[in-house]
Amino acid sequence: MNEYSITILTFISIQAIVACGLNVIVGYAGQVSLGHAAFFGIGAYSSALLTTKAGLTFWGALPLVILITGAIGLVLGMPSLRLREDFLAVTTIGINFIVESIFLYIPFFGGALGLGGIPSIAAFGTRLRGANYFYLCLAFLAAVVFISRRFTKSWAGLACFALREEETAASSMGVSPIRFKLMAFVIGTAMAGLGGALYAHLMRFISATDFGFTMSVSMMASVVLGGVGTLWGPVLGALILGLLPEIFRPLVDYRMLLNAAILLMMIRFQPAGLLGEGSFLRGLFGRRGGGRP
Amino acid sequence: MSGYILELDGVCRYFGGLKAVDDVSFRMKKGEILGLIGPNGAGKTTCFNLISGVYSPTRGRITLDGVSTGGLPPYKMAALGVGRTFQVVKPFTSLSVLNNVQVALGLDRYGGVGRSLSTWNTKASSDEAMEILEEVGIASLAHTPSGQLPLGNQRRLELARALALKPKLLLLDETFSGLRHEEISLLSRLVRAVREKGISVLLIEHNMKVAMGLSDRLVVLNRGRMLAEGSPGEVRSDPKVIEAYLGKGGAGDAS
Repeated sequence: MNEYSITILTFISIQAIVACGLNVIVGYAGQVSLGHAAFFGIGAYSSALLTTKAGLTFWGALPLVILITGAIGLVLGMPSLRLREDFLAVTTIGINFIVESIFLYIPFFGGALGLGGIPSIAAFGTRLRGANYFYLCLAFLAAVVFISRRFTKSWAGLACFALREEETAASSMGVSPIRFKLMAFVIGTAMAGLGGALYAHLMRFISATDFGFTMSVSMMASVVLGGVGTLWGPVLGALILGLLPEIFRPLVDYRMLLNAAILLMMIRFQPAGLLGEGSFLRGLFGRRGGGRP
Repeated sequence: MSGYILELDGVCRYFGGLKAVDDVSFRMKKGEILGLIGPNGAGKTTCFNLISGVYSPTRGRITLDGVSTGGLPPYKMAALGVGRTFQVVKPFTSLSVLNNVQVALGLDRYGGVGRSLSTWNTKASSDEAMEILEEVGIASLAHTPSGQLPLGNQRRLELARALALKPKLLLLDETFSGLRHEEISLLSRLVRAVREKGISVLLIEHNMKVAMGLSDRLVVLNRGRMLAEGSPGEVRSDPKVIEAYLGKGGAGDAS
């Protein structure tokens, strides 16, 4: 594989990590968030700042990055998650714009020039580049999928499914709506923070516009395309949406049009996503797609 | 501790100018089956929502097994021992019938973040859920998505979920409405069996035959206020009750 393909695959695996996080929030707990890129950005900026200004290594910074992103998720989720459906969607869009503006207008975050000079990741005495960086991202993706799977097997996961289906009934069965929505939100945003850190050290330069609303929509598109609430759906969605522009390079000017067409076709013909309940792929491979529990 | 499982003392719930429940007081003995009846709009379901914590009372006190509970949210009421069904059934549609019951079995796991991280789909929990499904007679449907059940079986599922909470007080909101005759007699037997286990049952029922046949005592509400209280026999012959149901002059026609 040439270096270009490896870079594309690395981006895709990062996108998949972040999409898995969004899937915990949207797919498992049923809370529509259209501001997920904000937490992707918070992860990227915290890792960039901790490694450039505080002098930590990537590995020293990573636990803090995940903690910071999760904590901000907790604080922002507390008021937002009390809202239902469309109000929550609008609020999360607002969060995205506010976070993006903070990065853009506050000099501490580099302003419009962004943050540069982010160190690369060292492991076993060498700097990770190319294929090795890809393997690192793949390993983190595996960890994220594992945690997602573990979550669906826990009582907390079951509580989230119940909330997603019928909040009033779930709450009459002892499920505190706010506690378990927040739990899913914190896990999801922490995963986005991890993705952000990997992104920052891959690019070694970040700016606010990388984490705008468009990015949130593209993450949502990955989740919807692959199958909301399925285990592997977000990964498949990120893979397809990441590869398409490369395969249809001649159509580069019509890329967004193509994406929109795919989404409309999905909603019309496979509303549960490629790996969702009743999809043609599940029909092909039996029930092994890891559908909604 | 008092011998009462539930005490309502001057409970009111207003929505703006509407007095949905106005100064309602009654007591329910442990192990009693109490019927809550009244014409449409009498405030029965609001009463249920007050007892189960969906609404907090505007005024008045609600006491469950000696503990004052007014204003606690539904998930805390569930932990205190209140299980309920809904008038409009609310299954977790995409989950199987079995998993629906397992949600309720998690009651004591949802109290803390750490406790909620253990595995739910264990043999122990599915065996326990299966037992409850057998009790209500829908064990053969355990693996069907609950959204696909016909109404009668969805009502049984509602009951199964409420029983899985191992409640002290069971609230049944029109569990019998829209059911066929055989289903009604089966569920009636089930409610009596539940009471034999020491669970107190408060039920809202429109079908008078069922309400009278099943309840030890009845509380009659009309326009948010208490109209009458007593044994089925007393309530049936109470002119105020007959008037509320049939209108003025109805008393003569009814007898």
